[in-house]
Amino acid sequence: MAGYLLRRLTLAIPVLLGILFVTFSLARLLPGDPCHSALGEKATPEICAAFNERYGLNDPIPEQFRIYLRDVLRGDLGNSIKFGRPVTELMVERLPVTLELSFFAMTFAVLIGIPLGIVSAYYHNSAIDVGTMIWANIGVSMPVFWLGLMLSYLFGVALKDTPFWLPPTGRLTAGRIIEPFYQAWGLDVDGSALTLPGFIANINTLNALLVRDWAGFWDALKHMILPAMALGTIPLSIIARMTRSSLLEVLGLNYVRTARAKGVHELSVVVRHGLRNALLPVVTIIGLSLGSLMSGAVLTETVFGLSGVGRILYDSITGRDYTVVQGFTLVIAVMFVFINLIVDTLYAYLDPRIRLE
Amino acid sequence: MADRTGDNGKPPAEELPLLQVKDLKTYFFTRRGIVKAVDGVSLTVRRGEIRGVVGESGCGKSMTAMSILQLVDKPGRIVSGEVWFKGENLLARSRREMTAIRGKQIAVIFQEPKSSLNPVLKVSTQLLEVLKVHQDVGRLPRTEEAVKMLKEVGIPDPERRIHNYPHELSGGMAQRVMIAMGMACAPDLLIADEPTTALDVTIQAQVLDLIRTLRNERGMAVMLITHAMGVVAEMADVVTVMYAGTAVEEAPTLNLFDEPLHPYTRGLIASIPVMGQRKERLEVIPGRVPNLIDMPPGCRFAPRCRARVEHGLEKCTVEEPPMIEARPGHLVRCWLYEGDQR
Repeated sequence: MAGYLLRRLTLAIPVLLGILFVTFSLARLLPGDPCHSALGEKATPEICAAFNERYGLNDPIPEQFRIYLRDVLRGDLGNSIKFGRPVTELMVERLPVTLELSFFAMTFAVLIGIPLGIVSAYYHNSAIDVGTMIWANIGVSMPVFWLGLMLSYLFGVALKDTPFWLPPTGRLTAGRIIEPFYQAWGLDVDGSALTLPGFIANINTLNALLVRDWAGFWDALKHMILPAMALGTIPLSIIARMTRSSLLEVLGLNYVRTARAKGVHELSVVVRHGLRNALLPVVTIIGLSLGSLMSGAVLTETVFGLSGVGRILYDSITGRDYTVVQGFTLVIAVMFVFINLIVDTLYAYLDPRIRLE
Repeated sequence: MADRTGDNGKPPAEELPLLQVKDLKTYFFTRRGIVKAVDGVSLTVRRGEIRGVVGESGCGKSMTAMSILQLVDKPGRIVSGEVWFKGENLLARSRREMTAIRGKQIAVIFQEPKSSLNPVLKVSTQLLEVLKVHQDVGRLPRTEEAVKMLKEVGIPDPERRIHNYPHELSGGMAQRVMIAMGMACAPDLLIADEPTTALDVTIQAQVLDLIRTLRNERGMAVMLITHAMGVVAEMADVVTVMYAGTAVEEAPTLNLFDEPLHPYTRGLIASIPVMGQRKERLEVIPGRVPNLIDMPPGCRFAPRCRARVEHGLEKCTVEEPPMIEARPGHLVRCWLYEGDQR
């Protein structure tokens, strides 16, 4: 098991290098000119020359790449041309929002999708099964932004003044402040710099738990429900369908018959013998969905007024803010690599045959 | 001990058989029609005997076993019949009661042992699961018990083997694990469904030996399902021959091989190649097994039967023959023996 993980980790290194190269190149290959987009269309050639000189854009490309690599390894992702602030600072602000959103969306998708899949497979071809699968098909084809708008209308407007009302926008009710946990704990931390405490403090729900601000936690959670539902519906539907078909296949296999012949109770047959084997493809799907959540996040964050990674990426691409695009793409790609690493680990845990490979 | 066949009737006639299947019918309700996989099978298994059930693929022998355990998958359903086990009709038992019987009083081992074991659970986990589900709650089975179980089926180095996963075992070893699992609760009946089909010849002999030894030591009955006449000849005390969903002949093993009565059984025995005998071609039974959805009227074997033609019997294509006791203890479903009936 340890050897298997070590091999996977080693394999991640060339992948990470490749990612660095691609993010760097992509930014250079984009059409348009950073000078004009940063300083406006009226910038004179002289000003632009000075601009390019200042940001090292006149250096040969390989030299730019060398400097880029060096800086990345030092934890310096450059300054945003548009915001005039370090990209890392933006990251500490934005990344927690998207991570929190993705976490709740995925939790929603997994906690509901897998049981739905199990029930559908167990009551195969029954009304429950057919009904669930019809809804799953609708869910998969639902445009995220449309679902987001409908949800905020339903829960934010139509159900106003009822107990079911949910905030349709923002991360916290205006005026509510949750004290960052490092302040409450008396730690000396610069909250805006690239530090782990600063990062964690920006995950509102987690921070509220750390400082035991239950009202704050509930408020932050309430703000997450609608966006998480909007973002989680597609992965939920995919997970439910995958769990169902995978479990159905497994339940027809010989060792499931053996379990029944041993006198194992039906529920135990499905969960102990069926589910664990059926989860392998589901884990793959969950890993892949986590990646696609990022693209869904752009729309969800826009609809629900959350300033996360999706929003800033979109703004930076249209504004040709190279360093920001580069920085965030890099971080997202690295996250992807680690998600895959986690998926591989789960694989090995679930299936002993993979550990040998 | 292996040869208990000659003294047929040794147990007192009044003794209740361990298992008695009466006119069992299991049909599959498919879109193309009703598949009559098991269509009126009757057979008995006495305590301590090895009952061979032989027939070609699709004749309903495995489905008979699955019906006894009530493990028939949809769209299949037991339509009618009785399954008496230790004086109780199993078909009247609830699902919960059947779960308690499976694995404890009736155990099964299957063809393809490697795929019959769960690939993600250790051997010990799978072995001890049988004890866990059938013993009183609160008593957790211990690892030593798994070691003991493996030792009894002759697996070398059981202390190490219990920590293996199924993919680390050979086919023969996996079948021994399956047998150990079946023997865990000392069942009264072991159903062995083609236990050696997927194994090498030498391993086949070992596994059959093991089943016989366990039978001799523990006195459990065995229902041995196979398509191989050789396996039946070597193992069984009594044999039931099945064809197209029903039993066509039943006799003590020696009698069956000495004097096969049913034309189908004769064909089966004639098709076995004999060592040292040169033949241009092996004997074959002409034609095919009838479609189980659309069975011919009369005797199911009639369309392929040479004897019918030779004897000019016309009844065969019209009326299905009953089981006729043509010789003492030798039953056959064939009109040829109508006059022989005692």
